[in-house]
Amino acid sequence: MKKSDYKLVLYVAGTTPKSLEAFANLKKICEEHLKGEYSIEVVDLIKNPKLAKGDQIVAIPTLVRKLPQPIKKIIGDLSNTEKVLVGLNIIGKG
Amino acid sequence: MAKSKDNIKQQLEEELKKRKPEKYVLHLYVAGLSPMSQKAIANIKKLCDEHMKGQVELEIQDIYQNPIIAKDGQILAAPTLIKELPPPLRKFVGDMSNTEKLLVGLDLRTKE
Amino acid sequence: MAKSKKFTGSAVSELPKCPTGIQGLDEVTFGGLPKGRPTLICGGPGCGKTLLAMEFLCRGALEYNEPGVFIAFEEREKDLEENFASLGFDLKSLVRRKKLYIDYIYIERSEIEETGEYDLEGLFVRLDSAINSVGAKRVVLDTIEALFSGFSNESILRAELRRLFRWLKDKGVTAIITGEKGEALLTKHGLEEYVADCVIALDHRVNNQIATRRLKIIKYRGSRHGTNEFPFLIGENGISVFPMTSLLLTSNASSVRISSGIRSLDAMLGDKGYYRGSTILVSGSAGSGKTTFGAQFVDSACRNGERALYMAFEESEEQLVRNMKSVGINLKKWVDKGLLEIASNRATLCGLEMHLVMAHKSVKEFKPKVVVIDPITTLTGAGVEGEAKAMMARLLDFLKIEGITVLANDLSLIGDKGEATEIGISSLCDTWIRLTMETQGYRRTRRISILKSRGMKHAHETKDLLITDKGLEIKDIPGVREENT
Repeated sequence: MKKSDYKLVLYVAGTTPKSLEAFANLKKICEEHLKGEYSIEVVDLIKNPKLAKGDQIVAIPTLVRKLPQPIKKIIGDLSNTEKVLVGLNIIGKG
Repeated sequence: MAKSKDNIKQQLEEELKKRKPEKYVLHLYVAGLSPMSQKAIANIKKLCDEHMKGQVELEIQDIYQNPIIAKDGQILAAPTLIKELPPPLRKFVGDMSNTEKLLVGLDLRTKE
Repeated sequence: MAKSKKFTGSAVSELPKCPTGIQGLDEVTFGGLPKGRPTLICGGPGCGKTLLAMEFLCRGALEYNEPGVFIAFEEREKDLEENFASLGFDLKSLVRRKKLYIDYIYIERSEIEETGEYDLEGLFVRLDSAINSVGAKRVVLDTIEALFSGFSNESILRAELRRLFRWLKDKGVTAIITGEKGEALLTKHGLEEYVADCVIALDHRVNNQIATRRLKIIKYRGSRHGTNEFPFLIGENGISVFPMTSLLLTSNASSVRISSGIRSLDAMLGDKGYYRGSTILVSGSAGSGKTTFGAQFVDSACRNGERALYMAFEESEEQLVRNMKSVGINLKKWVDKGLLEIASNRATLCGLEMHLVMAHKSVKEFKPKVVVIDPITTLTGAGVEGEAKAMMARLLDFLKIEGITVLANDLSLIGDKGEATEIGISSLCDTWIRLTMETQGYRRTRRISILKSRGMKHAHETKDLLITDKGLEIKDIPGVREENT
């Protein structure tokens, strides 16, 4: 098992361009700043609408940082790398 | 449930690969036509053909002939490949023989 | 239901309506909310928005077999369940029976970072799944404005709201969207812009230290609606709105007679008593025997197995029962049998409208055949002077439509000889009885006369009214024959 300090869950609703954008951006950011220290789980709310309740998802896409605590939520297509880094508390790390 | 979660991830990965509608703008800086330069040119051309066909704008510059560029572009090593687009800007140095590393660096393949 | 038929009769080409089941609301909207469309309910904090919305769902589920979805942005499921249990709605059981689905959506601004484009598909997905899980026909979003505090990108939000309302329409659900009252706009964030079909405002006002809740239909596209402000009440069974619609002419005049409870008075009223469903006004000064008059009337009705409602505005139930016992009228017996309900409320305790709403509610629930209002005059003290008569008229209208015989006591302060009742409702009454006190030397005698009684022959003499230990008794005045105009 790989060491996964950052446990990230990306909530999307189907493979829309926005989901794709967010996923691509997320991967890029993780590769650049969290190499080898993260895991990404993707949840499709169209298939699992009930899962929206747990993390109180309203906006799509929403990225939830499950670990490290506390939980953080980042909404949007994650195109603003700077903000994502701030949101995930990893700025300065990479 | 776990399965469907993985599904969407796979789907997204596939979509991502399919997508790549973006234009790649790559600049390769070489120092004269040394064997290393030639090797780098051949490698990058091959890579473009195989993975970015029709989406890449490759520009090759000889820093000997145009030293200003080397200065402006902050080129120290040669050969240097710069991915100008899509962002983020990235630099690769060497004869471009490590295809795997390049593909990851160009976001054409994710490193698991 | 017979109730709704009455109001849709003249509305032929109106849009389909979705009955709320909320007392009085379907009357003032002529059948309910626009079916398959969203309605905006707005008002300040504590105005009853959430209650109205939830009651709409509960009644939909229980009375119209239309399951509902409640999306709560402000209260947790548990809090809602507790709050509504006290109003007699068992949300838990409805949820268990798949008649209701409650989803609490919580948005914490501080933990959300916004980066780039997004939409509210998560909300849509949740809503869709909730609707499908119970087959919902009714949806409540309470209050959607929470989104504005949760997300900062207003242009995305507005676009998504527009999409949401379109989506709800496409889904064909009848929806209530609640909104907090704004300063310049009806709602803080101008939700009314998106809801074109029906907008209802709730208000909780305090006038002369008397709180009144009012409901006003601001807009109802393609439908008639009452333009008044309708008072409403939040009671132990939810909301009741007093309709205040003028429907006087639809009531049928009955030719059936009903005893006044005083045999000698029946004799004065063509030997048969009042007409059933008529309105009787008994005016007189303090101590002239009005209350006894009313008590004897309900006693007689209960003897015949009919339900009676006694609205006492000056005495408590205990006082009334005790006082009447001293003149041989046992009201307690009827209360115990469930035939008599004594609704005792200090007139000044709440606004006139509230009294009307309460009366309306009691009548709807208890379904009495006979109502005594004792005294009708006190109510004027609880309302703005000019409004009192109109309000009274509406109450009497309403009772008349229900076919209820009403006896209203009126305390006249003008003078024993005065023929003007204080709030001038004599024209609304079918029978008008005047009680007077006359001083002859050191003796004060009670006198009774019938000033009018529509549609019957009645006595014109003034007679003696005696209060005995077996109730009231009427006798000819010895040796005197007085003619009345």
